Amino acid sequence: MAQITLIEAVTQALAYEMAHDDSVVVLGEDVGVNGGVFRATVGLQEKFGPLRVLDTPLDETTIAGVTVGLATQGMKPVAEAQFEGFIYPMMEQIACHAARMRTRTRGRLTVPAVFRAPWGGGIRAPEHHSEANEHLFTNIPGLRVVLPSSPARAYGLLLAAIRDPDPVVFFEPKRIYRQYKEEVPDDGEALPLDVCFVLRDGTDVTLVTWGAQVKECLEAADALAEEGISAEVIDVATLTPLDFDTIAESVTKTGRCVIVHEAPKTAGFGAEIAARLAEECLYELLAPVERVTGYDVHIPLFRLEMKYLPSVQRVVDAAKRTLAVS
Amino acid sequence: MSIAAKFEIEYLQYLDAEGQQVRDALPEFAKNLEHMVELYKLMISTRVFDAKSVAMQRTGKLGTYASCLGHEAAHVGIGSAMKPEDVLALSYREYGAQLYRGVQPREVYMYWGGDERGNDYQNEPARHDFAWSVPIGTQCLHAAGSALAFKIRNEPRVAVCCIGDGGSSKGDFYGAINIAGAQNLPLVAVIVNNQWAISVPRKIQSGAPTLAQKGLAAGLYCIQVDGNDIIAVRKAMEDALERARSGQGGSVIEAVTYRLSDHTTADDARRYRDEAEVKEAWAKEPVKRLRAWLVAKGVWDDAREEAWKAECDEWMDNEVNAYLQTRSQPVTAMFDYTYAEVPADLAKQRDYALSLESK
Repeated sequence: MAQITLIEAVTQALAYEMAHDDSVVVLGEDVGVNGGVFRATVGLQEKFGPLRVLDTPLDETTIAGVTVGLATQGMKPVAEAQFEGFIYPMMEQIACHAARMRTRTRGRLTVPAVFRAPWGGGIRAPEHHSEANEHLFTNIPGLRVVLPSSPARAYGLLLAAIRDPDPVVFFEPKRIYRQYKEEVPDDGEALPLDVCFVLRDGTDVTLVTWGAQVKECLEAADALAEEGISAEVIDVATLTPLDFDTIAESVTKTGRCVIVHEAPKTAGFGAEIAARLAEECLYELLAPVERVTGYDVHIPLFRLEMKYLPSVQRVVDAAKRTLAVS
Repeated sequence: MSIAAKFEIEYLQYLDAEGQQVRDALPEFAKNLEHMVELYKLMISTRVFDAKSVAMQRTGKLGTYASCLGHEAAHVGIGSAMKPEDVLALSYREYGAQLYRGVQPREVYMYWGGDERGNDYQNEPARHDFAWSVPIGTQCLHAAGSALAFKIRNEPRVAVCCIGDGGSSKGDFYGAINIAGAQNLPLVAVIVNNQWAISVPRKIQSGAPTLAQKGLAAGLYCIQVDGNDIIAVRKAMEDALERARSGQGGSVIEAVTYRLSDHTTADDARRYRDEAEVKEAWAKEPVKRLRAWLVAKGVWDDAREEAWKAECDEWMDNEVNAYLQTRSQPVTAMFDYTYAEVPADLAKQRDYALSLESK
């Protein structure tokens, strides 16, 4: 069985679902002959033709609005925003229509669509190519916000997202697109949405994260283990609807929580998790909740971006601070 | 001088303001006077419906309502030209088209009366049409996406979107006609140019002499019609639908009309436009001219008019009663349609909201 990267897992999931469901179509800028600027759709147009793998005019609003139209007519469109930083023109169509169609028509019309976008920083990209703005979407009801953090989860969650009857925003952490390979059987098996994945069991502190920061958190857990500290690592994976029970269960066990994300701190999704912990788990906490996040600034151009992104050391330091409170 | 490309925009009119026929050759549908009477009757019922809606808003039985007064020819012309299997994506005042396609007045009342069930059109073909689109212009792309679905599945269907003169300034409109041209999609975009986008006049929306010509840049077939002349609107629609259905591509139709009402019941148009202009527009309104034409043909008269208006009154009273007797949805309705299944986390909020009901 072939070992594949996260980006190859995205391609594999798209190819599988397109081969098994004629209603699945892919649309976006450069997704056709070029196979996407990150090669997520490579080879798909050859297999499925120029209408099912459609190079659109260069207009994100068009991509999003056409996606809504396709989805209401029985298609399952997978739209690509070339970069997260270019997704803003899509937001009206996503918020006012994709996420709202079912409820405003009492279920008469629905939008089973996926909006994919390469997400986050750390690849020395030009300006507007490194944004993490998942929190702008988590406050939109009717939407699912999903972030895979490994090749297997990219494959399984993307299949689930395409099959889901409601719209899903699927943010792919491009920093780990080609970071490592793992075996991902092309068996069409989806992973569940709306659940967190506990990636590492621990007893002293819970590290809650998603997307590319899963890597930093797992490395931080290794480093903490060397010092005799046992960290549990949770990949939230589906931010909304949130599986808070898994987080609560873990924090009830460890009594300590560090939330890690690369979006800015204030009103980032970490704030929601911290608030929920305060509401529902305050008496289980042995220390204040820590957040390790991007700063409240625009992600800097790439000479400084690694100083903006949460580092392993910052996560380790935060975990230790929670343990310093007895 | 060499010319890279050259264009012109046809203007189409059959009936002038007095109902005089200005073109000899009538389109096929207009030779069927029985059918023309049916269209006229729907224009009347649309107007009766509209007056009833405004009256209900004034007496607190509806929320804000967007009137269609003056648009009857444009809207009935659009709706009556479409086939049942086509799809309509509209803004929020195209009731004449919607009544033709089976939307019930009680559904309109429910929507403007604060109840989402008004968007759940029960009758085909409206049942597969889009619901009203309040964010201006966004519906054009839904029509383009629908047209793309039809093309992918090789179905002989057309998607129609309606937009106003103001809406034709939006990127969504340009995006829709642009992809329709690039992909040869079966899309018909109708700009119902009623001269006013709330308080902003047509000339502030665009320096283009016609709004129809916006379609030229997208490579679409374009025509401007007298939007108060239902024969012209219907003919342009039929031609555009046929082109789209037979794979010859999309169209932009500009139907020139006038918004005789305020923008909505929350607006007061006297603040920004002259009474003289409105008076002049009333002289060109769509119902009067069609009536004059039908009367001249000997297929309509005052007695029939009175009888039909009485029937419409009864119909609307019935619809109003049905609307007023509709009980509010349970509080759980706001949760139950947000996702296909209520997520566990949301179910807790649903339970809480429900618990407040019994207090």
